[in-house]
Amino acid sequence: MITIQGKGVSTGVASGPLYFYQRASAALQRYEVQDRESEWQRFKAAQAKAIEQLGVLAEKARAEAGDEAAMLFETHQMMCEDMDYEEAIEGFIKESGINAEAAVTDAGAMQADAFAAMDDDYFKARAADVKDISGRIVGILSGVVQGGIDSDVPVILASDDLAPSETVQLDKSKILGFVTSGGSGSSHTAILARTMGIPAIIGVGDQLKEEYALREVIVDGGTGTVVLDADDDTRARLMKKRADILKRQELLNELKGKPNVTKDGQELRVYCNIGNPEDVHAVLENDGGGIGLFRSEFLYLNCDDYPTEDYQFEAYKRVLSDMGGKEVVIRTLDIGADKMIGYFNLPHEENPALGNRALRICLNRPEIFKTQLRALYRASAYGRLSIMFPMVASVWEVREAKKMCEQVKAELTKEGIPFSDEVDVGIMIETPAAAVISDRLAKEVDFFSIGTNDLTQYTLACDRQNNDLGRFFNAHHPAVLRLIKLACDNAHKAGIWCGICGELGADLELTELFLAMGLDELSVSPRSVLPLRQKVRETQVRVSREKLLGDLASSENAI
Amino acid sequence: MKSFEYTITDPVGIHARPAGLLVKEIKGYAGSTVTITKGEKSVNALKLMALMQMGIKQGDTVKVAVEGGDEEAVCAAIEAFFKANL
Repeated sequence: MITIQGKGVSTGVASGPLYFYQRASAALQRYEVQDRESEWQRFKAAQAKAIEQLGVLAEKARAEAGDEAAMLFETHQMMCEDMDYEEAIEGFIKESGINAEAAVTDAGAMQADAFAAMDDDYFKARAADVKDISGRIVGILSGVVQGGIDSDVPVILASDDLAPSETVQLDKSKILGFVTSGGSGSSHTAILARTMGIPAIIGVGDQLKEEYALREVIVDGGTGTVVLDADDDTRARLMKKRADILKRQELLNELKGKPNVTKDGQELRVYCNIGNPEDVHAVLENDGGGIGLFRSEFLYLNCDDYPTEDYQFEAYKRVLSDMGGKEVVIRTLDIGADKMIGYFNLPHEENPALGNRALRICLNRPEIFKTQLRALYRASAYGRLSIMFPMVASVWEVREAKKMCEQVKAELTKEGIPFSDEVDVGIMIETPAAAVISDRLAKEVDFFSIGTNDLTQYTLACDRQNNDLGRFFNAHHPAVLRLIKLACDNAHKAGIWCGICGELGADLELTELFLAMGLDELSVSPRSVLPLRQKVRETQVRVSREKLLGDLASSENAI
Repeated sequence: MKSFEYTITDPVGIHARPAGLLVKEIKGYAGSTVTITKGEKSVNALKLMALMQMGIKQGDTVKVAVEGGDEEAVCAAIEAFFKANL
């Protein structure tokens, strides 16, 4: 048994014969041409053919993996007719009289070298794209047919690193997984493997030997290991892992489109927490019912100066329109404590978790708050927006924030700028104070969302950043759970909804209790949506409600 | 000539995708030449590879100049493009 360790970039377990990708590597012909003009025309024909082929690939990628994947090939199309690239080729053919294959190879190498010399990893990696398109044109010029895999059975495909066009042209029914000696997590092989949902392990270097060809291997994309000629124990262990993963995936796919409803008919909304507009993709893919927490901090963290209203507006608008009318709860700026931003020039604090943070900053510096609220209300015209304020401790804070909302709406009306008049305004319950006076706060807002991480930290007086406090930081502490119940009960008395957007929402050990409390919504990371749905659908809450709530009230077994 | 300055916010900078989209966009304005300048270096924005080789990153400020055609409208359209994609 030989174990090769690489970097897993796409999860899953697969076994099959190791097959080395057969690259058509006709030795490059280099010669002088007599009729330079017709050689140039020969290039132009090959270039047109390459662009046509890439167009086909783009459509294929669009059908299999969406617009984003297609864009890659469309970019390659443009590279084929890049002005500098083409001028260089023209010079080599018409002025130096060299053949088209050699001219394309040399011009491609010049561009590839220019990319390879850049100091940014992303741009360095683009050298592969230039080589890829040059290889394609040379292939067409020299009559090489772009091939697939010559095997009757599906294989684990081994190579140095596959070029994007190579990956797409592969006969996918023949591939169980990828192993590459080179590559990076953002290489095309890795991206396409993830899209295809099959394991990929990269960067195994010279551990990958041609002599292993056609021997049986098992790849584990989760751990990044490739096992050659596995012994019985290893094989059994990995095959069990494979079966578990497949079973889970199948189950989860079955759950897509189904409601989050218990066996006895209690419904729960399962929403997602996201940190930037790109995450919407994952929300929709995992069938999230909406966005329960969109952290707006990324806008501020990505800038060297306060983000403008227009800049924020575009980002919010994008998320709202991408979510197509599903509810999106955007939390207003929550910096301070563990998230610091230089240009805010916040003075150093001894105890930042209890300091000037989140809504406190917004109320102290209304100009920053107002810019964000204007951007939010403007974006509200493009979807179903709810606005949420973090770190509330007192009723007056909420009133002051709401007053600012009214002011912003009045301004927009006056300026004739459209916004939705159905924007809900809610607050996070993350201080013990807010939970204790949630009866009063519920009269001020449209919803509560409980931030369990901070609520635990503040309730237990236990710094969440301090790893040494591990066993003291117990989010299952009855004090925390009772505060959650209190906020939930008070919300319902006032006729508003109550959810959780902290880590605890995805804690399947507590799902039953949360259902017993009657929470309306849980907002979790996108990948937790379907496991949570599964848990909800297995639960029968009528039976256990009384006991669970009784236990919480007595907390006799509290430790 | 019309121009504007813009600070890149996209975390990867002017990478392949927006560069490709930009070239596509500019091809639509046949009568105008668009030049992108960062520091001492300038590039015709139609030159995809040269544009990428400028290595324009997040936080870099670039000057975008439009010459010829309906300068005002093209400049506004390209500025909108930068805001939406970069």
